[in-house]
Amino acid sequence: MTEWLNPLVLMANFVLVPGLVYGAQLALGALGITLVFGILRFSNFAHGDTMAFGTMITILMTWLLQSWGVSLGPLPTALLALPIGIFLTILFLLATDRLVYRHYRDVRAKPITFLMASIGIMFMMNGLIRFIIGPGEQIFLDGDRFLMKAREFKKLTGLDEGLGIRTSQVLTVVVAVVLVILLFWFLQRTKTGKAMRAYSDNETLARLSGIDPERVVKITWIIAAGLAAIAGVLYGLDKSFKPFTYFQLLLPMFAAAIVGGLGKPIGAIVGGFIIAFSEVMLTYAYKKVGRYLLPEEWQPDGLLQLLSTDYKFAISFVILVVVLLVRPTGIFKGKVV
Amino acid sequence: MRAFIAFVIMAALLAAVWHIQSPTVALGMLNLCLISAVMALGVNIQWGYAGLFNVGIMGFAALGGVAAVLVSKAPVAEAWSAGGSQIGLTALCFLGTITATTFAHRKTKGRRGHFLIVMLVAVIGYIATRHFYGPAVDAIESVDPGKTGYLGGLGLPIMVSWIVGGLFAAGAAWLVGQIALGLRADYLAIATLGISEIIVAVLKNEDWLTRGVKNVTGLPRPVPYEVDLQQSAWFREKVEAFAAEKLTSLSGAAREEALAGLITEYSGLFVKLCYAGLFAIVLIVILTLCVLALNSPWGRMIRAIRDNEIAAEAMGKDVKGRHLQIFVLGSAVVGIAGAMLATLDGQFTPGTYQPLRFTFLIWVMVVVGGSGNNLGAVIGGFFIWFLWVEAEPAGTWLINLLTSGMAETNWLRLHLIDNAQHMRVFVMGLVLLLVMRFTPGGILPERVKAR
Repeated sequence: MTEWLNPLVLMANFVLVPGLVYGAQLALGALGITLVFGILRFSNFAHGDTMAFGTMITILMTWLLQSWGVSLGPLPTALLALPIGIFLTILFLLATDRLVYRHYRDVRAKPITFLMASIGIMFMMNGLIRFIIGPGEQIFLDGDRFLMKAREFKKLTGLDEGLGIRTSQVLTVVVAVVLVILLFWFLQRTKTGKAMRAYSDNETLARLSGIDPERVVKITWIIAAGLAAIAGVLYGLDKSFKPFTYFQLLLPMFAAAIVGGLGKPIGAIVGGFIIAFSEVMLTYAYKKVGRYLLPEEWQPDGLLQLLSTDYKFAISFVILVVVLLVRPTGIFKGKVV
Repeated sequence: MRAFIAFVIMAALLAAVWHIQSPTVALGMLNLCLISAVMALGVNIQWGYAGLFNVGIMGFAALGGVAAVLVSKAPVAEAWSAGGSQIGLTALCFLGTITATTFAHRKTKGRRGHFLIVMLVAVIGYIATRHFYGPAVDAIESVDPGKTGYLGGLGLPIMVSWIVGGLFAAGAAWLVGQIALGLRADYLAIATLGISEIIVAVLKNEDWLTRGVKNVTGLPRPVPYEVDLQQSAWFREKVEAFAAEKLTSLSGAAREEALAGLITEYSGLFVKLCYAGLFAIVLIVILTLCVLALNSPWGRMIRAIRDNEIAAEAMGKDVKGRHLQIFVLGSAVVGIAGAMLATLDGQFTPGTYQPLRFTFLIWVMVVVGGSGNNLGAVIGGFFIWFLWVEAEPAGTWLINLLTSGMAETNWLRLHLIDNAQHMRVFVMGLVLLLVMRFTPGGILPERVKAR
């Protein structure tokens, strides 16, 4: 029995849990990208920096709260600061929409013009973030680090391998599940959500039916900002905050959105998990698992690592390319190419 | 006329730097302006002529940089004898795997078990490649890791690498183009973003090829070294003749001292001028070719495709083929600029390839200069590089002025002064958005002949 449980626990600890958590973070980010794409019909290159912006505000607020001696006990203080992060991110995105994107909507510019404008906004946000908090790494996790330590798990079960679960990991998954349920309820059940879906499916028809496009756009930005700030804070709590890393998240997030089908919220979630698990599974060194499963004389010398973690971007890229070649609309038949 | 005024203003700006800051700064800036202009020309070929949105400029520039290393550095004989044969086998296995996988894909397409067979071939190839790769890398990287630890290059003159860099970038562009062209414009953007991240990751981590983040320094130069100049009698004579006025009033030891100082100063300037001359030649050649190409029937066809793909296709133009051609050509120009940059730096540092500096900044140059206009791309390259460099001292000065009311040790003031340099990124975004909104044509808009 234990010869099977040990490698299973090992895999759960190093593949299943990190994959789930990273997948949830990517899914939240990709949801924002896919919503903006569905309603505004362009790829928002500023999304990574939007995440960083929301996280930065949250970090600053966390520091302020900590200096006042406020804390949430076992939970990270950042949760208290998060609403302000979300609020300011929403304000920022609404301001950029008013000052930049609305003009291009009025003149009916091509999607590529929107994309370039989003690059301009990405630059400005990036500059602001570096100016305010600096380009360095910040760690803002406090409270209890672990929900269950690997050592306790070993004592509890008597196995050789431990399963450690961090607070931030549980928090990520719980928050992501709640948010996704809320989002789908909103999109499927409320009038505004239905208006958004109608607008995404057929803009002209939606306008004719009396749906106010500006209102739909505004609500899209609000949701995208909220999702971005939350995804950014969860990622930062789980790993750490570094502006450049957030920019680099663009590629896996876009890959997730495209794999699932651009404009399809469900696709973004599935895509996020596909990308996350491919990354984790292909970059994990299976040497220790092999030690449990393979007979003595078959033991390999190497790490049994398929790909070095430095190349994890290559995985998102290859998946993206395969999907573009085989099924450009993505798994859930997103917007036409 | 507008172009003439723009270039005069640019020259005046550089002259101002020459006088206010120093000639060294001005010439250093000029060199990078020239390289930026070449890069912007490459991007302009893709975006301005054909409307292809390439966000992977960083990767193509880095390929140019690695070409500089692989062409100019002397080969490391011990490394070749230690792991050369195995790395050769690795390469054979790798290419064999790709060929076999493609072959299997073509042969079994549409049949049952297609996916399984292709995967099986790929996995076997992967295992074979890894079998040779591991030991080869270990052997090569253990050869004097402090100094070499890589295979070295071919030991050829570094200027050869400008062409090789272009070829490298062209090859990579051809591969990406096969996949991503013909899809939505956004997809090309995301695909190129991905390929550039991967190229830089490979250059950072494959130490046996590029020394990775240990950097390759001391690339040979196409121009003389300052030290050699300072010791040559020829250069001494020239300086004496050039600075005769300053020296006439002096004599004896004082004159010698002044002369030595002048020689040191002028040798640095002379080297920078040599570089500027070389880069200017490249820029003029590429610019001439670009202007000729854009005004030829081929150029008209490309613009026709850009303005209305469907109509062009209906007229029998091979849209995908032309797009691939344009994409390869533009990337090659970027690769040439990348090799020139590594030549100027005299080193290859994979860690410095940042998308903001190498991809998005070049984009700002093209948009601000005037997409579709070759001279526009050049002036954009000059102007934006100037702004990028000068925004830093200007930002610091502004912050100093704004916070002058605060105490010297005020934490906010110190923080603002520390981070003032990052404001230039913000300024670039602002410039891009303002130009896009209020003068979408850029400084020199594309000329459309109404005939």
